Amino acid sequence: MASPILRIENVSKRYGKKDVLKGASLTVHKGDLKILIGPSGAGKSTLLQCINFLVKPDEGRIWLEDQEVHYAHKRNLYAYRQKVGMIFQDFNLFDHLNALENVRIGMVKVKGMAKAEAGERAVMELERVGLKDHMQKYPAQLSGGQKQRVSIARALAMDPKVMLLDEPTSALDPELIGEVHAVIRDLGNNGMTMIMATHQIGFASSLASEIIFMEDGQILERGTPEKIFFQAENARTKEFCSKITELYGETR
Amino acid sequence: MPESLIAIKDALPYLLRGSLVTLIVVAGAMALGLTIGVPLAVGQVYGRPALRRVIGVYVWFFRGIPLLVLLFLFYFGLCTALDINLSAFTVAIIVLGLISSAYQSQIFRGAILSLPEGQFKAARALGMSDLKAISFIVLPQALRLSIPGWSNEYSILLKDSAVTYALGVAEIMARAHFVATRTYQQLPLYLTAGVIFLVLTYLGTRGLRMLEEKVRIPGYSAHGL
Repeated sequence: MASPILRIENVSKRYGKKDVLKGASLTVHKGDLKILIGPSGAGKSTLLQCINFLVKPDEGRIWLEDQEVHYAHKRNLYAYRQKVGMIFQDFNLFDHLNALENVRIGMVKVKGMAKAEAGERAVMELERVGLKDHMQKYPAQLSGGQKQRVSIARALAMDPKVMLLDEPTSALDPELIGEVHAVIRDLGNNGMTMIMATHQIGFASSLASEIIFMEDGQILERGTPEKIFFQAENARTKEFCSKITELYGETR
Repeated sequence: MPESLIAIKDALPYLLRGSLVTLIVVAGAMALGLTIGVPLAVGQVYGRPALRRVIGVYVWFFRGIPLLVLLFLFYFGLCTALDINLSAFTVAIIVLGLISSAYQSQIFRGAILSLPEGQFKAARALGMSDLKAISFIVLPQALRLSIPGWSNEYSILLKDSAVTYALGVAEIMARAHFVATRTYQQLPLYLTAGVIFLVLTYLGTRGLRMLEEKVRIPGYSAHGL
């Protein structure tokens, strides 16, 4: 098997006396879609934020394409973050920039691309997420689903090797979830490597290469969607999956 | 025409030239305050504890000493002691600017802290350095939010600038006082000076209100208005 695109080894994080992440390890190959599930406070979000060092892990090592990330080394860290796209639950579009500028700014200010060239690429990415007609709109003028699609376009414009999605549809009206799922599904079909935390297990099970169940800062169980949803070994995994299935509908 | 009106009419061109001096002092102080105040605010929000403490002392110093004391301290004290030859006009701008930087830094600090944390986070997630994230994402938003506070700062500076008359800066108050003591028309002349200040306050705050409207981010209504 080819070497992994991203490898996370024994990542831990403490806040004061509370261990929010207790030694999580993860190996991600190109094209994988890993889905993190688990109750609130399980450490899913912390794990994702540790992966691109928005939260500094207390322990653990991370490799991207066999290169270890030295986050204390600023240049190394900034270069690494460019290659790891991040999608947030509450979108975090830059409020003072319109959709086009939101997508363009990273290319111009981080990659040093010319404005015109970056603008063309931004238009392309916005077209890809179906927002060609909304390029001039500001975040406050967009719906939640549109905002999340802009944020996906913003991440894609940086040509990421891996995308981290932190409950990308949790803040959306039920009606708007579909449009964001469609974009993510499309990304997966095009071979994008992704790690996503979500409660939408129906969507997750249809796409995931692996489901990872987390609780209390630990990875309790992992496996194919079939295994996790229908033949889980851990009692907590079973309990969580049955509750969440009841809530969000069938896994198929 | 009554004597008082004649006194006003005669003095008006002289006083208006004084208001030009006032405006230059205020504009210079605001610009200096902005230039120093922004880095102070950034340092106080994002800086290391030691830096934050130093800035805290700076802010305490310039907010804690009366303007007149600082003016005398700089003009008669420091300039003499260090043998620096600065005009009263220059010292007025510097001292008002330093004081304003302390106040402005707190306006900007409040604005930065009011931004959602996610803005900075998203910028870093794109690979921006902290400096880039602050320059391109945080400050453009924080400065917009600072305009109402800035308008306050303008009106305070405008009025404070009258105190520089004590150094002999030929601003509105100094000129009104000069004419009043010569002509014995105190009431009409100080009244005129007051009216000029009122007009300048109105024009300035009005202008800043227009700026606020002009740079408003589309889609953000003023709390449903």
